[in-house]
Amino acid sequence: MPHVTYISPDGTETTLDARDGDSVMETAVKNGVKGIVAECGGACSCATCHVYVEDAFVDAVGGPNDLEDDMLDGAESERLPVSRLSCQIKMNAQLDGLRVRIAPKQ
Amino acid sequence: MSEKILIVGAGQAGMQIAASLRDDGFAGDVTIVGEEAYDPYQRPPLSKAFLAGDMDEESLEFRNDHFYRENNITVVTGEQIQHVEFGPAGGVATGTSGATFAFDKLALTTGAAPRTLKVDGADLDGVLYLRHLDDAKNLKQRWDSVANVVVLGGGFIGLEVAAVAQKAGKNVTVVQSGPRLMARAVSSITSDFFVQAHRARGTTIHLNAQVSHLVGENGKVTAVALADGTSIPADIVMVGIGVTARGELADQLALDMEDGVIVVNEFAETSNPNVVAAGDAVLMPHPLGHEGRVRLESVQNAVDQAKVAAKTLLGQREAYSAVPWFWSDQADLKLQIAGLSSGYDQTVIRGDQSADKFSVLYYRDGALLAVDAVNDVSDYMAVRRALTARANIPAESAADSSVPLKTLITGGEAQQ
Ligand SMILES: Cc1cc2nc3c(=O)[nH]c(=O)nc-3n(C[C@H](O)[C@H](O)[C@H](O)COP(=O)(O)OP(=O)(O)OC[C@H]3O[C@@H](n4cnc5c(N)ncnc54)[C@H](O)[C@@H]3O)c2cc1C
Ligand code: FES
Repeated sequence: MPHVTYISPDGTETTLDARDGDSVMETAVKNGVKGIVAECGGACSCATCHVYVEDAFVDAVGGPNDLEDDMLDGAESERLPVSRLSCQIKMNAQLDGLRVRIAPKQ
Repeated sequence: MSEKILIVGAGQAGMQIAASLRDDGFAGDVTIVGEEAYDPYQRPPLSKAFLAGDMDEESLEFRNDHFYRENNITVVTGEQIQHVEFGPAGGVATGTSGATFAFDKLALTTGAAPRTLKVDGADLDGVLYLRHLDDAKNLKQRWDSVANVVVLGGGFIGLEVAAVAQKAGKNVTVVQSGPRLMARAVSSITSDFFVQAHRARGTTIHLNAQVSHLVGENGKVTAVALADGTSIPADIVMVGIGVTARGELADQLALDMEDGVIVVNEFAETSNPNVVAAGDAVLMPHPLGHEGRVRLESVQNAVDQAKVAAKTLLGQREAYSAVPWFWSDQADLKLQIAGLSSGYDQTVIRGDQSADKFSVLYYRDGALLAVDAVNDVSDYMAVRRALTARANIPAESAADSSVPLKTLITGGEAQQ
């Protein structure tokens, strides 16, 4: 199973095994990682699952689609070029080792 | 002895109360009892991605076992609470199995049940409802072998099922007794757009149509007969004609109710100070302080009200003031609603309905109340933010679709 590491705003790191095909959001929420709120449960409707993808993985993860792009504009924390909604990133073997920083405000 | 909090109803609100109690530092016992066979899971995908086959059962779960263990939250499944009472030594709830649960404080998060169809033939096989995962599994099991789907009721759930069925290549007919779709939640502008949009995608929609009875063969439904004599072939009939709050237990406790719905104040507190309630089962003061009480059936409400309820259980009172929001996915159309539009006296339409991308802003006395946005996330987010900041977006300036709404927000407490 691919691993994903979450870095909280206070610096705490949590590494989890993700089920193939599960989103980065789902993996965090199910295990109770704090800071990823995900009010809409992954429907791309709340922008409360905002993360910053660490540089090494930006290409592998890719960019947002139009809908996500607009949602990100409305996110609470500052939008950066590496911003993504974690419910829209699906885990797979290529993303093994992925590291994301959780946006401080959701 | 540590304090015991019992949560009856293992759904969206129940799970959130438990999680919030731990987030807020509660160290006593937390037990959630639910009648369904599953740990708490998300309902919205049941009429969307789960039905379409894009999401599996495991993905529906809110949390995994590890979370409940780690947070010392006891989840009891497959147990319906039938009786609840307060005695001299505290409260006791009794389940169908005979098991009893003692508590000091109680949270009722029992949700709502689909309103049942009351015509001849309503008990035929193939007449289905959609509230629980078992309903969705039943529907899915039949899905591949059905060609004709008739949806009774033009609300969100019915239209979502219709859209999934349409995409799967089935013959789909929606029968709505009133003149409009989703009439309780959106204006005629949005309703009319969705009628056209579903028709354009191949779904037949009957408005102002009354069901006379259902026709069956060998106990199985085969057609829906309308009052005007029309007969619509049906392999399954999906009934989505609204829900009724589940207030049976509140009734046993003699809590204040209105038409079977549990009445709470802005702290999610019932008329008994040791009992809170949240989610689809309650009637509450308007969250933005407008007159009247509202009942909201949404994830947002279940979650935000549950957070308030958890605080109340811990004696940290924080009034509910969250901006309501909602979404519905129908085919390639994403409808997002922020605020509550009831009582509006003015609308502003932005964008282009023919391009399936537009929004409708609602105002009363010049003050922004709400938005319905179709495939228009920017307008949706702008209105949500304005309402959250208790700010306005003047109607005159909003009418120019070429100007982004987020640049027009005026006043408010959290202006940027
Ligand atoms: C198919 C479908 C699609 C939806 N789509 C959307 C959407 O897109 N967006 C949105 O915002 N909202 C949507 N909703 C609404 C949303 O799911 C509900 O508003 C939310 O689940 C309400 O949470 P709740 O905790 O009040 O009730 P529920 O989630 O229904 O939980 C109540 C639970 O209590 C249990 N229960 C009741 N009585 C007892 C008892 N006596 N003993 C034990 N257990 C009991 C019930 O079985 C149930 O499991 C949808 C709902 C459905 C059914
Ligand atoms: S979970 Fe709501 S947008 Fe990602």
